[in-house]
Amino acid sequence: MEKLQNGYLFPEISMRREAHEKKYPDAKVISLGIGDTTQPIPSIVTSAMAEYSLALSTPEGYQGYGPEQGQKSLRKAIADVVYPNMGIRDTEVFISDGAQCDIARLQMMFGRDVTIAVQDPTFPGYVDNGVIMGQTGPAAVDEESGGSRYAGIEYMRCAPENAFFPDLSRVRRTDVIFFCSPNNPTGHAASRDQLRQLVDFARRNGSIVVFDSAYASYVSGDDKPRSIYEVPGAREVAIEISSFSKFAGFTGVRLGWAVVPDELLYADGTRVARDFDRVVTTCFNGASSVAQAGGLACLATEEGRAAVARVVAGYKENARVLVDTFQALGKEVYGGDDSPYVWVRLFPGRRSWDVFAEILEKTHVITVPGSGFGPGGEGFVRVSAFNSRDRVVEACARLTSFLA
Amino acid sequence: MAERAHALSTVDGYSGYGAEQGEKKLRAAIAATYYADLGIDETDIFVSDGAKCDISRLQVLFGSKVKIAVQDPSYPAYVDSSVIMGQTDLYQQDVQKYGNIEYMRCSPENGFFPDLSKVPRTDIIFFCSPNNPTGAAASRDQLTQLVKFAKDNGSIIVYDSAYAMYISDDSPKSIFEIPGAKEVALETASFSKYAGFTGVRLGWTVVPKELLFSDGHPVAKDFNRIVCTSFNGASTISQAGGLGCLSPEGLKAMQDVVGFYKENTKIIVDTFESLGFNVYGAKNAPYVWVHFPDRNSWDVFAEILEKANVVTTPGSGFGPGGEGFVRVSAFGHRENIIEAARRLKQLYK
Repeated sequence: MEKLQNGYLFPEISMRREAHEKKYPDAKVISLGIGDTTQPIPSIVTSAMAEYSLALSTPEGYQGYGPEQGQKSLRKAIADVVYPNMGIRDTEVFISDGAQCDIARLQMMFGRDVTIAVQDPTFPGYVDNGVIMGQTGPAAVDEESGGSRYAGIEYMRCAPENAFFPDLSRVRRTDVIFFCSPNNPTGHAASRDQLRQLVDFARRNGSIVVFDSAYASYVSGDDKPRSIYEVPGAREVAIEISSFSKFAGFTGVRLGWAVVPDELLYADGTRVARDFDRVVTTCFNGASSVAQAGGLACLATEEGRAAVARVVAGYKENARVLVDTFQALGKEVYGGDDSPYVWVRLFPGRRSWDVFAEILEKTHVITVPGSGFGPGGEGFVRVSAFNSRDRVVEACARLTSFLA
Repeated sequence: MAERAHALSTVDGYSGYGAEQGEKKLRAAIAATYYADLGIDETDIFVSDGAKCDISRLQVLFGSKVKIAVQDPSYPAYVDSSVIMGQTDLYQQDVQKYGNIEYMRCSPENGFFPDLSKVPRTDIIFFCSPNNPTGAAASRDQLTQLVKFAKDNGSIIVYDSAYAMYISDDSPKSIFEIPGAKEVALETASFSKYAGFTGVRLGWTVVPKELLFSDGHPVAKDFNRIVCTSFNGASTISQAGGLGCLSPEGLKAMQDVVGFYKENTKIIVDTFESLGFNVYGAKNAPYVWVHFPDRNSWDVFAEILEKANVVTTPGSGFGPGGEGFVRVSAFGHRENIIEAARRLKQLYK
């Protein structure tokens, strides 16, 4: 724990927000910062959760402990709806209370003696949980960016210069590779060819890929994979984690899943799923049965799937508004097409925490400084599309005023 | 819970990420209901998705280099999470113990409280009271000894109070009833066995501000970091349910549920006692700990399952100290408890 350099990124942003609101009690702060969903959950989903809750008060409807791996009906719905024609079995789907928790449980399973590679920049949960598990050495300041790198972690730079996909020929072998696509924070969705390279790289190196597909529902069009299992051979090298958070607005409800294929084996031939099952049954007790009822309602009917997709479409439209705004201002902007995140270099040469602070001070808009996602994020800020349309439009107006 | 679910479909009622430590109102209600006058306030309370998950998060917090002590027998998650975290040596088949864990024998001979003078120092002491599986509730005097032991040794007690509401006598319900406990203990608890939340998933852990690591760093600060990094809060719907449990009507309802299971426990106790068995626990817990002297507990489990179609839990599953016992739990429907009692009377008449 002592090796951790700062507090976790997102509570830090919350604290900055609180301090700002104290300073300017009348300001209408607009958060395009933490990726917190804001739009209501469709009632077909919440009604299912309400019904399930009420049923718990009846003898016939009461249920106690569920299987730690999740309700069979939900596991099957995920296998059928999210992974059609990819050969994923319901028994390979492990329901959880969200991807952040799964990342921690996977790190527990891997233990402290593994090496990890991460994209740089990326969601901080992979690195921080790795540090907590003792996988790394101490942090050192990265000369170029002023950010910290932990010794022992392989940071795979993803930047405009390499189209946000690492040059794998320069990447050192590690035991585990965390790969988030569409990426948080850059918004880049890896192409089919890029993911083939990744799978080949992992196979050649005997590495396990942990593929984070939490934003898969934001991918536009058909040419970019939504799941690692669209790539042949991925079943032998990859675990995939995902979440209902950004897909169905379940950030508070708490529901996600991990896919651990039967063919994924450790070097000694034992199934990784066997160990993950052991962690899930020993360190966890299943996602809330109420949340699982909601998850099923998101997937089981055309009506549910369409309702949830409409909310995602709304956020995608917000992302487009943000991209248009920054482009009109002549800013270097990425992401937004396959992601609810827009990755923008607002003031070339300036530190991202300074840019974050100035935007907050001058426009009362919260973003997230890029260096919070790794040294490779320096110079950028992440702008999220999860607020209401009105607030996103208002924020764009303020940013335009300030930046024009 | 239904209301909260419906509200999530409305503009005003929708909420996204909650505070990872739990909703303020719920933390305050837990502090007021269970820790009033014990010097624990809402900011010491961390709401979770249950005690089993908290135990693992605590183990992640403690890391791989600590040594733990557990009651023998006790809830297996303390030992298993310790093994997973790399705190232990290999399993020793002959003694049925993992190396580098201190197993504190709790048996009828020592009133189910370990002789602490014979227990070597460990960094962490897991202590469950009322105990799963023995049902033993430690007395004020015993817990005072435990707190002193921890203080003298610079150890941290992880006190598991998941069954506290089952206490019928004046045994302490919280470790914080013992003076000085805030400097040496943290406490986990759960709505599972009070409110039937085994599937809904809700619990909490109390980490007092006064609990410091030996370098002076507050344990709560590190636990907060884990809660924010390795967890993302208990489900908001479950938390709404928890708040409902702590309303006056909800508290009464939970007491009724606990009372119901305690009546089941009595039926089970009466059954075994009428058959001449020595039984333990039960008074302060939903578990009956039945002694089958000189018999292998897995054999007894198999016999009861085969011949009476009743599922119990073999004592050795809870540690070598559980050998020769079987745990019988009282959570079934009344008719099933009565039917099971009838079958057991047939089997062992």
